[in-house]
Amino acid sequence: MNPHKNQDEGKLASRLLQEITALADSPMRLMEVCGTHTVAIFRSGIRSMLPSGVELISGPGCPVCVTPAGEIDRAIALSRREGMILATFGDLMRVPGSSSSLQEERATGKDIRVILSPLDAVKIAEENPDKTVCFFGVGFETTSPAIAAAVMEARRRGCANFSLLSSQRLIPPAMRALLSAGKVNIDGFILPGHVSVVIGKAPYCFLAEEFGLPGVITGFEPLDILEGIYLLLRQRKEGRTEIEIQYSRVVQEEGNPRARGIMGEVFAPVDARWRGLGTIPQSGLMLRDGFSQMDAAQAFDLPYEEIEEPPGCLCGEVLQGLVRPPECSLFGTRCTPEDPVGPCMVSTEGSCAAYYKYGRGDEG
Amino acid sequence: MKDRKITLSHGAGGKLSHDLIEEFFLPCFDNALLRALDDSAVIPVQSQRLAFTTDSYVVKPLFFPGGDIGRLAICGTVNDLAMAGARPLGLTASFILEEGLSLEDLTQVLASMKGAALEAGVHVVAGDTKVVEHGAAEGLYITTAGIGAIPDGVVIGSAQAKPGDVIMVSGPLGDHEIAVLMARGEFSLQGEVESDCAPLNGLVEAMLKACPAIHSLRDPTRGGLATVLWEIANASKVGVVVEEGAVPIRDQVKGVCDLLGFDPYYLANEGRLVAFVPEKEAKAVLKAMQKHPLGKEATVIGKVTLENPGKVLLHTPIGGHRLLEPLSGEQFPRIC
Amino acid sequence: MCLGIPGKIVAITENQLAVVDFNGVRREVSLMLCPELEVGDYCLVHVGFAMQRLDPAEAQETMELLDQFLEASGESS
Repeated sequence: MNPHKNQDEGKLASRLLQEITALADSPMRLMEVCGTHTVAIFRSGIRSMLPSGVELISGPGCPVCVTPAGEIDRAIALSRREGMILATFGDLMRVPGSSSSLQEERATGKDIRVILSPLDAVKIAEENPDKTVCFFGVGFETTSPAIAAAVMEARRRGCANFSLLSSQRLIPPAMRALLSAGKVNIDGFILPGHVSVVIGKAPYCFLAEEFGLPGVITGFEPLDILEGIYLLLRQRKEGRTEIEIQYSRVVQEEGNPRARGIMGEVFAPVDARWRGLGTIPQSGLMLRDGFSQMDAAQAFDLPYEEIEEPPGCLCGEVLQGLVRPPECSLFGTRCTPEDPVGPCMVSTEGSCAAYYKYGRGDEG
Repeated sequence: MKDRKITLSHGAGGKLSHDLIEEFFLPCFDNALLRALDDSAVIPVQSQRLAFTTDSYVVKPLFFPGGDIGRLAICGTVNDLAMAGARPLGLTASFILEEGLSLEDLTQVLASMKGAALEAGVHVVAGDTKVVEHGAAEGLYITTAGIGAIPDGVVIGSAQAKPGDVIMVSGPLGDHEIAVLMARGEFSLQGEVESDCAPLNGLVEAMLKACPAIHSLRDPTRGGLATVLWEIANASKVGVVVEEGAVPIRDQVKGVCDLLGFDPYYLANEGRLVAFVPEKEAKAVLKAMQKHPLGKEATVIGKVTLENPGKVLLHTPIGGHRLLEPLSGEQFPRIC
Repeated sequence: MCLGIPGKIVAITENQLAVVDFNGVRREVSLMLCPELEVGDYCLVHVGFAMQRLDPAEAQETMELLDQFLEASGESS
């Protein structure tokens, strides 16, 4: 299924790297928006092979990293309610709230279940009619259509005990906010391949048209990423500023309209808080009126409390691409994956965790 | 027999306890030392050095493709001894039985232990049983201890690795943990992965025959290959370099790792070993492994370097490198 | 932020559910977002949902094109 498996990966990789090196005669700063790209870039060894002319900066595309501590606290509060089963993705289990985490709550006996699919939460609701089941949903446009479909399925199956605590966000508004703030210095974007499977190419056009920045929608295999970087450098050489699709084996120009339709039927855009970035307009999703009885935040009257970031934590700056993780004074000392201060270290695809786990070998 | 269950009375120390041991435990572990039913087993020893180990087994579910808690208990303990180059002299097995455990399940576990002990050529020479109330132990917990004799001249340990050593594994990694995970049914995955649970003392004996001067042996249990390599790199103060493309992992195991977002380098194995062998002897040791039924798929995965002491570097298929850190906390399935 | 895994549809059951094979491991996957998929199709799966059809032939072709382009580029530089 990986089209590269039949090729000599090493050979193609070195040829791509040769081209990249030749084109990187002047520095080019590229932001990989997506946390999965951050991890893939490290794990594939690409970081260790790029010429110094190509600088890769991680962006805010880590849904766990950008979930404010206050929202983790709300999920924890829910899990503490009598008769409640909280279902969520494994990514969220270790994220620190203000005083606890879902993993710690599970250790004290709260019924918190790790699931692979939002449909699993619907199944749990069906199988436990005497309990309340809340799905704590986090993710970007890749995941939201699936969550929307699960909400519709819960309704179809008559699961009155199913609810959703939505903490979903949208990528293009965050990118716009980042660029409008004017602080980040980027020459191009490695665009998230799987978000784009849903949204297609159009939502990124503003990058080229309004900010004069190129973007390449890139896959996650090592050769995909190398090709994505190469295409960005080639655009610069040829004086083009476009949005290109490298990941053409799954990304269609129009994305997946059905998935967007289902997402739109269930969710409406809303202003949302991003940890470290503040409130970004129309960057989150909330359940539409027709589904509001499934909204856990409303149904259980969960207050939201803004939590101050721990002193010294630079997750916000890391998420905006302004600071590299090793430049944070807490990195690797006070803040490690075993004992994280901020979410960028605890999330499996947080920049800080990736740098810590895979990147310290390059520091001599 | 199907309906018969363990009750608290079985743990009271009286006739029912005695009957339980006579009817279920003795037939499985029958040997002269155990039959004596003394408070201690007395074992004659000639070696200068003994390997001594203990372990607890709390696996859920009790039964999984390729094994069960009983087989795991025997193999795990034997393997701990084998990793020191020791010939197992005897094991102990203590059982904490949950009230309500079916005697059929108990029989099956004990039969597994008997089979594994036979494969390993080892006896369970002492044991104990206790019964706890329903809910206090998930069916069954087993604690073991093992004692083994280390042949003179064999010095194997995590601190013995030297630059130039060749690193090899005895077979594909991750089968055990994935088999157990799938048996738990939590993620509704269907497949045919079997635990690799097996006693490795025979394999180690064959390897030592080819080269008595093997430097380090570890079985990558909890924490997986990455953790074991990291521990050796740090104990020996050497660097370790692994070729990612050379590490054997079955397609199905890769498939599950992809689906759950797991890193196969952190998966537990219960019938595989990692060996650090002096360069000159590597070929002979590999050959000896491949001749043995438990080492047929043995292969070289890396080497020890002077550079980067304490670090494990992975050379990636595209020609780059990255760090391989030890496992930090439980691996949770992820969607990102 | 998205693990998407390629798999092959080996069966379609009712309620827009399919059994998808991932390297020999199988799981139930919803076709709610991609109802036009058929048995034998490859698809990209994320959180238990098929997200898009994956075209292995197209993928192979793209790779070959890249290979040829780089070959030509290498010769001309």
